[in-house]
Amino acid sequence: MNLSGLLRVAMRALAVNKLRSLLTMLGIIIGVAAVIVMIAVGAGAQARVEEQIRSLGSNLLLILSGTTTSGGVRMGFGSNQTISEDDAAAIPREIPETMAAPALRGTAQLIWGNQNWSTVIFGVTPDYIDVRQWEIAAGRMFDAPDMAGATKVCLVGQTVARQLFGGANPLGQVIRVRRVPFTVIGVLESKGQSMMGTDQDDLVLMPISTARKRVLGASNLAKQRSVSTIWVKVADGYDMKAAEEQVRSLLRQRHRLQPGQDDDFSLRNLEEVAATQEASSRVLALLLAAVASVSLVVGGIGIMNIMLVSVTERTREIGLRMAVGARTRDILGQFLVEAVTLSLIGGLAGIAIGVATAVGIAEVAGWRIVLSPESVMLAVAFAFAIGVFFGFYPARKAARLNPVEALRFE
Amino acid sequence: MDAAPNPQLIRTRDLSKTYQVGDNVIKALGGVSVDIAQGEFTAVMGPSGSGKSTFMNMLGCLDRPSSGEYVLGARRVSELAGDELAQVRNSSIGFVFQTFNLLARTAAVENVELPLVYAGVPAAERRRRALEMLAKVGLAERAEHHPGQLSGGQQQRVAIARALVTRPLLILADEPTGALDSRTSLEIMALLQELNRGGMTVVLVTHEPEVARFARRVLYFRDGLMVKDAVNAEPEFA
Repeated sequence: MNLSGLLRVAMRALAVNKLRSLLTMLGIIIGVAAVIVMIAVGAGAQARVEEQIRSLGSNLLLILSGTTTSGGVRMGFGSNQTISEDDAAAIPREIPETMAAPALRGTAQLIWGNQNWSTVIFGVTPDYIDVRQWEIAAGRMFDAPDMAGATKVCLVGQTVARQLFGGANPLGQVIRVRRVPFTVIGVLESKGQSMMGTDQDDLVLMPISTARKRVLGASNLAKQRSVSTIWVKVADGYDMKAAEEQVRSLLRQRHRLQPGQDDDFSLRNLEEVAATQEASSRVLALLLAAVASVSLVVGGIGIMNIMLVSVTERTREIGLRMAVGARTRDILGQFLVEAVTLSLIGGLAGIAIGVATAVGIAEVAGWRIVLSPESVMLAVAFAFAIGVFFGFYPARKAARLNPVEALRFE
Repeated sequence: MDAAPNPQLIRTRDLSKTYQVGDNVIKALGGVSVDIAQGEFTAVMGPSGSGKSTFMNMLGCLDRPSSGEYVLGARRVSELAGDELAQVRNSSIGFVFQTFNLLARTAAVENVELPLVYAGVPAAERRRRALEMLAKVGLAERAEHHPGQLSGGQQQRVAIARALVTRPLLILADEPTGALDSRTSLEIMALLQELNRGGMTVVLVTHEPEVARFARRVLYFRDGLMVKDAVNAEPEFA
């Protein structure tokens, strides 16, 4: 018997017991729907993490200055000014595969017209936006002459632009940073939230020389040539671990640390942090999908159960089919196709319900979901495999019946 | 595989069947040798447990003999097994059962088509041949009826049409009138006799002497053996 014939026979057999067929499919429907939803939600979470990693910039090392202890009270990283602009300049000089951008950090109140806004000030070099892989939405980055002249120019992040200027164009406007007038020469592209959840767009960038002399100069932090952080970008293809070790030993050497002495700075490999987050979100998605697939297996057992009942109920039919010439493979095929039809119809219904549920979750809960054709194909393949796997035993039982006994079966 | 030229359609030699039930060996058939010619109308008679059903299962290739030889047409089918027997059943034997064994919720014409489905005949030709056979048994008008919508006699005629549709070498009827009233039984026997007059070999298994009267030859079974091979010189006509 050919496939379309087998399908027709299977559909007819399933239609005889509509409610029973539906209940049998329910396990597969729920299982497939759950797998689709879990994969959609898991992929959504992963996409968010990946986006954050992209916004962070890959291949980055972050150097924070060291700790200080005063009267037994240990302060956090950055409390002691152990790294300097000279360190930042030395890194690319000694390790040509890197680019380094020092940053001097402080907070300040901004005033424009009758608006004001408190934000973070970063005094940086022109390389900063390259290292952080940050685009400029409008205007320009300051350049070497600005650095040399310590000109009073700045770039603002999207949040600052929105809060301070509202709908107005910030370019060319003069704002007061701690009462010092600055001309806005650029607006940064949005970078969104960092992995830690802070708003990366709430900041002002200015030449590090200007920041040191005119804005943050009063504080102890800005003395000499010290900086709060140095971002190091490592060239593509260069081993991050090796770069990390080279930077570490260079800084130790520059800071004249003896072997055995602790680092007086903190060095973080952001790729590792990101990879850990990504891996954990992937594990979570996988775990959820695994839990969901348990219900698929349970659904498969339901199919096997009902197929065994069906084979017993139809023993005489099987005997008759054998008597008129059905071969082993005809009977095997008939019941296998019936089981697969059950599981595939259940799978398709499950996809519809799963996609609807995932879209509903996205709408109602505002979660990010990613529906991929791969996950739908995976669900169909899984449903098919379940049908074949759990349908095989009942089908083989049917095909192995003795025609004499099958015909005599009451 | 091919036997020596066989004037007989059916030739069995020492056909026997034993079953193992626990420690007991049950001899269902103890060596039956019989020849049945093309075009004969033969009844197999005997009380239950006489081995007539076992003998019929052998003739119908539903079961394999434990020992002995069975030649059907030109094939030594006692040597075949599994799917080869299924192929012989499909092409050479038409079964008629006491309980009709039609597929429920399936139109009469589709029931008749069933053996052709397994023979791999294309759909259009299947339909044509099935309708032809239904017409032959007088049910052309009922082709689309389901078994539940047909009387017992009509259902049995559908079953006979199904038996005939592959143009088999013989019709094996196992108590074909067992579930029918006497008037309908007579109609069915008349149909079988009519087919026999057209050259079809018919083997009828029954325990009722009234049914066996219609056959030209009667084989009597008892305790797994054929005890009498009688010719009914004047079979009754239904």
